Amino acid sequence: MKHVEIAIIGGGPAGLCAAISAASSGANVLIIERNNKLGGQLVKQTHMFFGSEKQYASTRGIDICNILINKLSKFKDKVEIMTDTTVVGMYEDGVITAMYKEEKYIKIKSEAVIAATGAFEKTLAFPNNDLPGIYGAGAVQTLMNVYGVKPGNKVLMVGAGNIGLIVSYQLMQAGVEVKAILDAAPKIGGYLVHASKIRRMGVPILTRHSVKEAIGKEYLEKAVICELDEKWQPIEGTEKEFDVDVMCISVGLSPLNELLVMRGCEMKYVPQLSGLVPLRDENYETTVGNVFVAGDISGIEEASSAMVEGYLSGLCTAEKIGYKHEKFEELKNDYLNQLDDLRSGAVGKHILEGTKEILVN
Amino acid sequence: MLEKTGIPTEEMIKEVFPSIDRINKGPVAVIECYQKIPCNPCVTACRFNAINIGDDINNLPELDIEKCTGCGMCVSKCPGLSIMLIDGSKSESTILFKIPYEFLPLPEEGTIVKGLNRKGEYITDVDVIKVLNPKSFDRTPVITVEVDRNYLYEFRNIRVEG
Repeated sequence: MKHVEIAIIGGGPAGLCAAISAASSGANVLIIERNNKLGGQLVKQTHMFFGSEKQYASTRGIDICNILINKLSKFKDKVEIMTDTTVVGMYEDGVITAMYKEEKYIKIKSEAVIAATGAFEKTLAFPNNDLPGIYGAGAVQTLMNVYGVKPGNKVLMVGAGNIGLIVSYQLMQAGVEVKAILDAAPKIGGYLVHASKIRRMGVPILTRHSVKEAIGKEYLEKAVICELDEKWQPIEGTEKEFDVDVMCISVGLSPLNELLVMRGCEMKYVPQLSGLVPLRDENYETTVGNVFVAGDISGIEEASSAMVEGYLSGLCTAEKIGYKHEKFEELKNDYLNQLDDLRSGAVGKHILEGTKEILVN
Repeated sequence: MLEKTGIPTEEMIKEVFPSIDRINKGPVAVIECYQKIPCNPCVTACRFNAINIGDDINNLPELDIEKCTGCGMCVSKCPGLSIMLIDGSKSESTILFKIPYEFLPLPEEGTIVKGLNRKGEYITDVDVIKVLNPKSFDRTPVITVEVDRNYLYEFRNIRVEG
């Protein structure tokens, strides 16, 4: 059995910031990351971030990843990193179990845990949705931006949220033709500046449209779409065909919450936070003592907020186990204010409402 | 319109454009940021305090056209690529546009490329005057093109063929 002070599950933006924050408070941390390198989704985000300077706005995600890893390396003696390691269980006695590659089963006992597992992509049901060439947007972004592999030549993007819009833009940067972007909703869900920059490249954005079926023998050859009425039902006779070899599904994310459920954290389904999320206090501690959360696991939001949540959660976790940062109050207030700022506008309003549903004392 | 298609209406565009008098005096920024989102790098980028959003990071940026020197620092810093510069001081028949352009191949100075509107439709040929891509722009090159004045409110993008 391996013993650590704070185990951080997930080395994405939230987990990295939590580690920096906890280690700078004086705690020893172990980051457990399932992929072969740290960074989570940041490693493929070639676009500039929104937010303010404090959340690295105007810097590209791929560079934020390196900034955070550099920051973390200043606390080398306090930080241990396990990559290629997937946490598979969290038990009542505080034991965490993990798999290194598919070779070694590890047991870890920690004084506190920060669960920063992130989210997973939702899918869409339509006939033949298992044809090769139909991908999740995350997979397409990984293929292109991490491995330099073109997913295909002609793409239909399904979903006009920020991910759908950004991945469409990046596909075009990679020289791939994007035929259209559809969304079942009556309005574009992502930031309109993203929508405008793709529209002025000539890509139509079709709101109130969905996929009727995919056609192809060995792989995707055509996509049939149709218009939806006000009740989100297909309107007959509005079918359109697109000759595409890639369909990219980007219809939202769900919190990756299974470990918390297993551990016995009290959970609640909150639509504004996109799924089942843990009840938590202001410090991001769940209803199970010393189990903290940060990032998309506690509600789907932008990476800017995930980073601030990570800093806040790491700070409070360290304090809980006896490592109070000398500027604890000042830092905590700053993080809370940053989160309020990010959530106070029209696009963050639903998050603010959602967080009220899960806040406990 | 904008929230359904990504295309702002003519009224919205004219609302954020400076007056013709100001445009004819020299370079000035046009900020096409129509939606309240938590974002403020334009404010941080401006050395002349010409861009303001007030206390709430979700507010829309306001440009002080008297303070704006047209330096263009904000153009490559906007994560939404919503800012361009326009300059009507050089010619009575054309406008110089400086637009962010993140695609390869970059246009070459002295060549003619296709000028596009906000739907990505071809409107007119435009001359490429300058291509700037210094390290400080962080991989968002800024292209200066000379565009027929008739397309002042329409021109927004270029297509480089070849």
